Amino acid sequence: MHYIPNILFAIVLISGIGFFVKNVKKLARNIKLGRDVDISDNKSQRWKNMTMIALGQSKMVRRPIAGFLHLVVYVGFIIINIEVIEIIIDGLFGTHRVFASIGSLYGVLIGAFEILAVLVFVSVTLFWIRRNIIKLKRFWKSEMTSWPKNDANYILYFEMVLMTLFLVMNATDVHFQDMNSGNIMSQFIAPWFSGLSDTTLHFIERGVWWVHIIGILVFLNYLYYSKHLHILLAFPNTFYGKLQPKGQMDNLEAVTKEVKMMMDPNVDPFAAPAEEAEGDVPAKFGASDVQDLNWVQLLNAYTCTECGRCTSECPANQTGKKLSPRKIMMDTRDRLEEVGKNIDTNKGEFVEDGKQLLDNYITREELWACTSCNACVEACPVSIDPLSIILEMRRYLVMEQSAAPVELNNMMTNIENNGAPWPYNQMDRLNWKNE
Amino acid sequence: MSELLKVPTMAEFMAQGKQPEVLFWVGCAGSFDDRAKKITKAFVKLLNKANVEFAVLGTEESCTGDPAKRAGNEFLFQMQAVTNIEVLNAYEVKKIVTACPHCFNTIKNEYPELGGSYEVMHHTQFLKTLLDDGRLTIEGGQFKGKRITFHDPCYLGRANNVYEAPRALIQKLEAELVEMKNCRRNGLCCGAGGAQMFKDAEKGDKEVNVERTEQALETKPEIIAAGCPFCNTMMTDGVKAKEKEADVAVMDIAELVANAQDL
Repeated sequence: MHYIPNILFAIVLISGIGFFVKNVKKLARNIKLGRDVDISDNKSQRWKNMTMIALGQSKMVRRPIAGFLHLVVYVGFIIINIEVIEIIIDGLFGTHRVFASIGSLYGVLIGAFEILAVLVFVSVTLFWIRRNIIKLKRFWKSEMTSWPKNDANYILYFEMVLMTLFLVMNATDVHFQDMNSGNIMSQFIAPWFSGLSDTTLHFIERGVWWVHIIGILVFLNYLYYSKHLHILLAFPNTFYGKLQPKGQMDNLEAVTKEVKMMMDPNVDPFAAPAEEAEGDVPAKFGASDVQDLNWVQLLNAYTCTECGRCTSECPANQTGKKLSPRKIMMDTRDRLEEVGKNIDTNKGEFVEDGKQLLDNYITREELWACTSCNACVEACPVSIDPLSIILEMRRYLVMEQSAAPVELNNMMTNIENNGAPWPYNQMDRLNWKNE
Repeated sequence: MSELLKVPTMAEFMAQGKQPEVLFWVGCAGSFDDRAKKITKAFVKLLNKANVEFAVLGTEESCTGDPAKRAGNEFLFQMQAVTNIEVLNAYEVKKIVTACPHCFNTIKNEYPELGGSYEVMHHTQFLKTLLDDGRLTIEGGQFKGKRITFHDPCYLGRANNVYEAPRALIQKLEAELVEMKNCRRNGLCCGAGGAQMFKDAEKGDKEVNVERTEQALETKPEIIAAGCPFCNTMMTDGVKAKEKEADVAVMDIAELVANAQDL
């Protein structure tokens, strides 16, 4: 009988973590649906980027208010995990505040956690006010309705509740309050429970303890369904982020082969095409669906926190055009999730569903509104590159469908015929010299 | 003045068995657009003045393929790139300077993988080195004390991290450099990049170049300086749309430096 709580705890813990691992596997499988791309170069620069951008939050603080509040929540999250370790050990072995044996340092640690808990609570409340009362413009764009909007608020409520539970847990722990070490914040909450018997207090403390740890496990599993996934994926995403100059767009290798062949005077144009190795020729140029994108772009989509810094910097969006880089990322993720579910329900095989990323999610109007200015890429605090997806989809429109706007077709014809985007003769290129 | 312009071609250098110090890549806008031609000429005047042995490709130059690539036509881009690279490599070109950030970005970043590796400089960077080496002197002249704001071209600034060279040149003019609300890495696009120059904008509340011009006008400038022929056109149109063309001039940095010395 004595061991029942411990066994119960182990079951809760294992199922909580087990369910999470199952979803992480699904996540990895979905990301691997993307095209392969070799990212093994420049390891040291990549570690540095991850350290600076994800761990060091260097791009978050470019917007000082949101950056500072985020920093508090982030540090709070990292540090409070030490407390979670204690809770897990206590839960499994039936101990109580097992780390307390380290003496006065324990008081310092718990004191720091309590202060952070209050700071996190305040920050999260301010975040809630920014979203729901001040109604910052970037949180009220057309893509931020229903789930994206609610998701953001649920996360904030969750964190408020978890922080409250942590403080109440400490406040109702008679033994801990008697120690009078580290109860720097909870000592002010403890009087709210004065007059209750020790048994009642113990009962509350145990109840809150259980709700707290179960809440943490529920939150862990909520990640997969939420933009909050960024707390994990920001790290690989900044590691695999683009290192080349922002203006550099990749040269499609398959096209290079074709062009080299066309330009090579030694190639016999009437020769039968050589047998191409399997997978040598891409199924199509550019991207019309998520499987045509590479896995880094799909990782980008799962990493997006929907903060909207990209969209608020986008010149097209600022001038009222349909394009929103954030929506590009959200659409990519939503479609990828849909494809993943399709695979799950069809025993591991994707069954054609008559839908694709292009048109069903992202419209041509959005794609053609982009000026490729890289403002979205610069703004993203976690190294997401929405521009690369826009370019891939334009490639599909132009090279597979010949569906560029008429004026762009004219421009391209001019380049083909005259070597300039305008209809001037190449022989007139030096005329300016004598004008 | 124009008969004084010395504009040798690579073919002429080759005929004499010589190599120029640098190839001036003029670009399509610089070759054909009436407004941009003035920038080209201003830059050539400065090269002449500094006794830089340069050459142009002239009729052998062709579009770098930038607008085709960014519109999604990778085939056309690579055809252009490979053709240009063959010409450049045949002349054994080592160093290229251009007044167009789009040409700059494409040749610098996208040509190497296709077999064309050169040292590529934007004309503001090149002018800065001429200045630092004492081959060119800049004086304020007519721009002394004028309020000048600089519009960062996306393909020079954000795309390639070149922010300081153009600003250093403006400051050498003894002008008052005033920054817009969005500048350097937060600069706002002029609206022409990504092949937008060649098509109508998608429907919205306003044109991008008007928004950007409003930001520029907020600084109460006498001159809006640009470092890109496309930005120049977009900002000029924006100033016209705001009916400010009598008060505010849009000029390329090369024009500012050349005009300051009455070239």
